[in-house]
This record gives sequence, structure tokens and C-alpha cells, in this order.
Amino acid sequence: MKLRHLATALGGVIVAFVLLVGIFAPLLAPHDPFAQDLMRRMVPPEWMEGGSTANWLGTDQLGRDYLSRLIYGARISMLIGILTVVTSGTIGITLGVLGGFFGGRVDDVVMFAITCRLSIPLILVALTVVALLGSSLTLVILTLGLLLWDRFAVVARTTTMQVRNLDYIAAARAAGASLAHILLREVLPNILSHLLVVATLEMALAILLEATLSFLGLGVPSPLPSWGLMIAEGKDYMFFSPWVIMVPGVTLFVLVMGINLLGDGLRDLLRAERV
Amino acid sequence: MSPVLEVANLRVDFSGRTAAVRGVSLKVQRGETHCLVGESGCGKSVSALAVMGLLARGAVRDADVLRFQDTDLTRLSERGMARLRGDKMAMIFQEPMTSLNPAYTIGSQMAEVYERHRGAGRRAALDRAAELLGRVGITAPGMRLAQFPHQLSGGLRQRVMIAMALMCDPELLIADEPTTALDVTVQAQILRLLQTLQRELGLSLLLITHDLGIVARMANQVSVMYAGELVESATAEALFAAPTHPYTRGLLACIPIPGTVRRDEPLGSIPGTVPRISPGFAGCGFRDRCTHALPACAQTVALRSAAPGHAYRCVLPAEWT
Repeated sequence: MKLRHLATALGGVIVAFVLLVGIFAPLLAPHDPFAQDLMRRMVPPEWMEGGSTANWLGTDQLGRDYLSRLIYGARISMLIGILTVVTSGTIGITLGVLGGFFGGRVDDVVMFAITCRLSIPLILVALTVVALLGSSLTLVILTLGLLLWDRFAVVARTTTMQVRNLDYIAAARAAGASLAHILLREVLPNILSHLLVVATLEMALAILLEATLSFLGLGVPSPLPSWGLMIAEGKDYMFFSPWVIMVPGVTLFVLVMGINLLGDGLRDLLRAERV
Repeated sequence: MSPVLEVANLRVDFSGRTAAVRGVSLKVQRGETHCLVGESGCGKSVSALAVMGLLARGAVRDADVLRFQDTDLTRLSERGMARLRGDKMAMIFQEPMTSLNPAYTIGSQMAEVYERHRGAGRRAALDRAAELLGRVGITAPGMRLAQFPHQLSGGLRQRVMIAMALMCDPELLIADEPTTALDVTVQAQILRLLQTLQRELGLSLLLITHDLGIVARMANQVSVMYAGELVESATAEALFAAPTHPYTRGLLACIPIPGTVRRDEPLGSIPGTVPRISPGFAGCGFRDRCTHALPACAQTVALRSAAPGHAYRCVLPAEWT
């Protein structure tokens, strides 16, 4: 029990830390993340042989400060995580609540949409979109946002089904509440805790997917400091300079773990509150 | 004086398969308590929901007359119905444990009804809520307003539900088994509270119950339902003094009376179970369980009068049942 709270707190601290780093990136970064210095390429981190305090985490193959790129990368990751969840959450929750509440035909349509979505391979769609429209940050967010709503829809649908026949919904109707009021004020707040957990899962997934897409060259375009892109660009040098992929890799791992710990903890906390 | 609620020949079908209510007629007069009695599944709750326009999808409602005060409910739009509900017509439910939304405080839920129907501000609505909580016998209303439903006991929650139903000074309160989920001492408190409120506010009460003890204590008028039909309707005194329909008699015979029932004597019961009534069913729904059943019971049975204001639905004359 104690350990679990500790894990939740740790997750919270990690997520908050990365978020703050992203927001205050211009103040925290010691160098311009885009500034190249071809005379100082592949400088190792400070604690390794040949490292210096001028570049705490060393430099990449174009001599850009790795720490600064990592800090600006937090911005991209959090931006993608949050905006994707907002987009996909809006779509998924709307569909799920409508399907779960009305059932029947409406539910059939929603279920069909979910099935269709599940049958679409995400990477393939992303590939097509990039091939047709070129890669950009907006496009990555839109692609992920428009594709990751299925879990929101499924969870919103089932939880709405559990809630819709409860007495307080009938009581609200008996007190003259409108349909919009019932959906937004009676149903939604009572399924929100489940959706919050889904949101954390989806956020971690979106961040990982962005890294994957960027690694494959289908995500964020090159000069932007995305963690996935840093790994992709570093992979050619990893044999002699393993830290170029270790640094962003570990950061990515820690952030995704932090989000998952937070989500897990939230779920337990909210469940305890219900009992 | 015109009744607050008048229902004539109310029928409810569920997706053409089950005839849940088959021609129920009743009148609730101003300031009186009208009890709708019957066993589980006899259609009493469905009748109440039909009056409120709260039937589930797939249910078809039909009535010759469905009038609340001067409003014809059969012609009212859903929007118009929503305006009435919670304002002039309020309802409380059986399960106080689940009838309050766990996501909001008591105060917020109560205030909302008042804001919706009266267009009042939050401050005024909360004052009104505190006043009503005091009225239903809740001490420290100010503190309760800030609490969440899970912090309250069942009895307290039912009081909150009652207070919430009274927020807009309703003319008619429909109470669907309001005390069934509560333990006996709390039941008595809630019933006393309802009586007091009714006297003070001149409320008309349509009380749905399966408990004849509650009927004896609360009712002015009683309507007994069986298998979706009204089988007997009378004043409470007349019904208990001279039950006429065989079903009503059977029900009353089931109540053990301390002193007159011997220890090892089996408790009274009516053999058989309630039949499932599909549309097109004709005749008396009770005939398979009735000891007096005749071939004529398979035809449509009309209501007949046992005494002025006392109607029953049986082929037999009152003195033979």
C-alpha cells in the first residue's frame, strides 16, 4: 500500500517535471538546440572521457548541444501527448457515451466505427499520410488524434451502459433534466475516473508512437528535436558513441513509465474512493 | 373540485410483447393520499412512470385521459413534460442509496432543480435547499449541503430525496415504494414525515407500495392492481372493512395478525404465480389462481360497484366473492 502511493507520487513527479521542463525549455536550455558547431561533433557527456561542462550531455553528429535538444524534445513529446489525448478523447468519449446511452441503432453505428478503426493499421496510415502530405508536427498530432480514440470509445461506452440505468439518471429525468444535461452532467462525471486512466495510457502510447514514427522518418521533420528523431539520427553512431541513443532512449522510457505509474495509481485511488 | 391527477384507461405495452398496464383509471384529489397496491410486476411502477412520461424506449403509452390539473399530458411535448417534471409533479424512488448522483454534493443536486425550474441563482437555490432539509428533519442543513451522498445513511438520503422533490412546491408527489429499501424504524419516520409534509403543504400523494400496512396507515383512497389491471378501488376504510375482489381478500388473508394466528399455523398465501400477460389477453388475470373462477372469467370483466365509490372487477356479485 505504501509502495503503491510512492509509485504514484513518483509517476506524478516525473510527469510534472517533464511538463515543466517542456514549458520552460527556453529558460532551461543552456544552448540553442538548433545551433550547429561542426568543430565540436560527437562530444561525449561530461562524465565520460573527453566530455566537458560546456555540453553536459555531449553533442550530436552536427555538434548541437544534446541537453538542449533533450529539453526542447520534452516540449514536443508533451505537446503530442496532450493534444493527441484531447483530440482522440473528444472523439472517443462522444461516440462511446452516445452509443452506450442510446443503445440500439446508435450503438450499432458506434460499434461499427470502433471495429473499422481497430482494423486500420496505424503505422501504415501514418506512412500514407506522410507520403501524401509530407511530415509535420501538426500532421503527426492529427494522425494520432484521429486514430487513437478507440479505447476511449470502448471504455466510455461500457461505463455509460453501467451508469445509464442507475436510479439517479431516472431521478434526474424525473426532476425535469434535459437530455444534454443528463449526458454532460449526470453521466460524464461518473465515468470520468475511468476515462482519466485511459487518457494516461493513451498519452504514453501517443508519445511512444510519435517516437516510433519519427524514428522511421514519418513523424516530426528533421531539425525539430524530437526524442524519437534523436534516436533515429543517432543510430548510425551508436556503435562507437552509444550515449547518443541511450540518452533520449532512457528519457523516453522514464517519461512513459512515469505516465503509466501515474495512471495506475489514479485508477487505484479512484477505485478506493468508490467503495 | 377537479382532481390533481386524472387517469382513464391507461395502457402500456412493451415492444408489443408484454401488456404491462391494461386500462388503469384513477383520480388523485387535492391533498389526499392515493395508494396503488399490488405485488411485484403488477404494473404499478410502470403506471407511475407512464404518468411522468418516463417509460423506457420500446414502451408504448396510450390513455383516454391523462390530465394533470388542467394540462393534458397525452398532448404535451417531451420539452413540456420536462418542464412539469420536478416542478409541479415530482417523484421519489425506491432506492435512496442509488438515487443521488455520487459525483455531486447534496446542495449542488438540490439547487440544480430549483435553478432549472425557477431560474434562481445558486445562492437563493442553496438557501431554499437548506430550508427544505430543515423541513424534512435534517439537523445542521448547512453542513449536509456540502456533503456527498456516500457520507449519508439510507434514511438520510431518502429525506434528501424528499426535500429535493419538494424544492419547487409540487402539487403532486409520486412516491414509488419510498420506504421499501429502509429498515422498519426508519420506514416509520419517513412515513410520518410524508404525512406531516402532506398536511402542511397540501400535497397530493400517489403512493406506490406492496405493503398493506403502509396502505392502512397512509391512504385515503386505494387502488389494487393485479397483472396490469385495476381489480379494486375504494376508500381505505371501505377496502379494509369489506374487501370484495378475491385477490384483495387473498392479500388481506396473507397478513398474520398477532394474537389471532396460531404459532404452528402456516402463513396465508395465494397459490400460483402472476401470469405473463401478452397483448390481446382477455378476461380476468387472476382466474388461474382464483378459487371462485368461472368460465365467464375468460371474457372481458367489467368494473362493478360494490357500494358508492367502491368498484371491483369480478364477474361475481359482491356478496359472493
